[in-house]
Amino acid sequence: MAVDEGLRSELQKQGVYVTTWDQLVNWGRSNSIWPLQFGLACCAIEMISTAASRYDIARFGSEIFRASPRQADLMIVAGTVTKKMTPQVVRLYNQMADPKYVISMGACATSGGPFHTGYNVLKGIDRYIPVDVYIPGCPPTPQALLEGLMKLQERIKSRGFGAAMADRQGEYPVPAFGETGLKPKYNPEVWQPPTQHPFDYQRVPQPKPAAPGTPA
Amino acid sequence: MMLPPIEELKTALEQLLPGVSLSVDGHALVVTPKDLEPVCQCLKETERFGLDYLANLTAVDYPPDRMDVVYHLCSMAQKHGPVTVRVSLPRANPVIASVTPIWRGAEFQEREVYDLYGVRFEGHPDLRRILMWEGFVGHPMRKDYVPEDQNAPEAA
Ligand code: SF4
Repeated sequence: MAVDEGLRSELQKQGVYVTTWDQLVNWGRSNSIWPLQFGLACCAIEMISTAASRYDIARFGSEIFRASPRQADLMIVAGTVTKKMTPQVVRLYNQMADPKYVISMGACATSGGPFHTGYNVLKGIDRYIPVDVYIPGCPPTPQALLEGLMKLQERIKSRGFGAAMADRQGEYPVPAFGETGLKPKYNPEVWQPPTQHPFDYQRVPQPKPAAPGTPA
Repeated sequence: MMLPPIEELKTALEQLLPGVSLSVDGHALVVTPKDLEPVCQCLKETERFGLDYLANLTAVDYPPDRMDVVYHLCSMAQKHGPVTVRVSLPRANPVIASVTPIWRGAEFQEREVYDLYGVRFEGHPDLRRILMWEGFVGHPMRKDYVPEDQNAPEAA
């Protein structure tokens, strides 16, 4: 049950602090997000500089990059996800402990970016795993990554701990290598192909030829 | 020691290897496929050239019927280079002798050219795909390669 904001600040002035269980837990959870330590391409360089002293992600409690998925609860997909790397990324996600979150950092992880029309790059990691925050940019600046992290913190705070634990993510199917790309091409549970995509050259709708007799 | 201009290099090679047919196109020494091995051997072993380092090996696709393999050679011992050597192959069935026995560093580069362009290197110790996975069909750097439509709906 939420405490009325005005009452709470009045009480605080008198030195009385009230909170709820969810607020307390989420305050702790959102301020100690441990990211998984891996980078896939140039975006990772910006992520590294975000973690270094100048931008100092430690101010937001996320400085502990873990090299094991078992100890991490945030996956920052920083960089180009090639088709060849996708199974490993999905498998790492599966191995993370619940509740877990994903930030898709940069144009590549979100949509394939500059390699969108290429033969070897996945057009967005959200085809296989659920993404919480997308950060645009090529690469996003460290400030943008911090903004994304703050958005994720807001998201964590907006949901009760019990509810977050209840919708456990579980295992997502790991794609296999096919003859021209990954099989399946996406996980229909998390992603559906757009029926019309303005930027996708392969699916630009062709104008219908005018029926005979219609005025131009 | 400076490397002689490419024209003189050609003349010198023709004297050393009677019977090879060479020509010069721009900055490149154009070699016929059957002469590649002796020419490379000679460029490496002759002290005057001393081209002991294969800096780069790549291919160029010229549809509809030509596929070039390009070699860039440098000399570590004499600090000169690069020399460009080029071979034209038929695009339908590009086969060329491997230079891995001559320059060990060619191994991965030849695998990459095989993977992406489909050029087969005879005498290569381990000719497999290197960037794409086993079971991938086609050679994606060929100009007529059409990538799959990743947005094509999956059959439910
Ligand atoms: S979005 Fe740009 S900076 Fe980031 S991995 Fe892709 S190409 Fe590199």
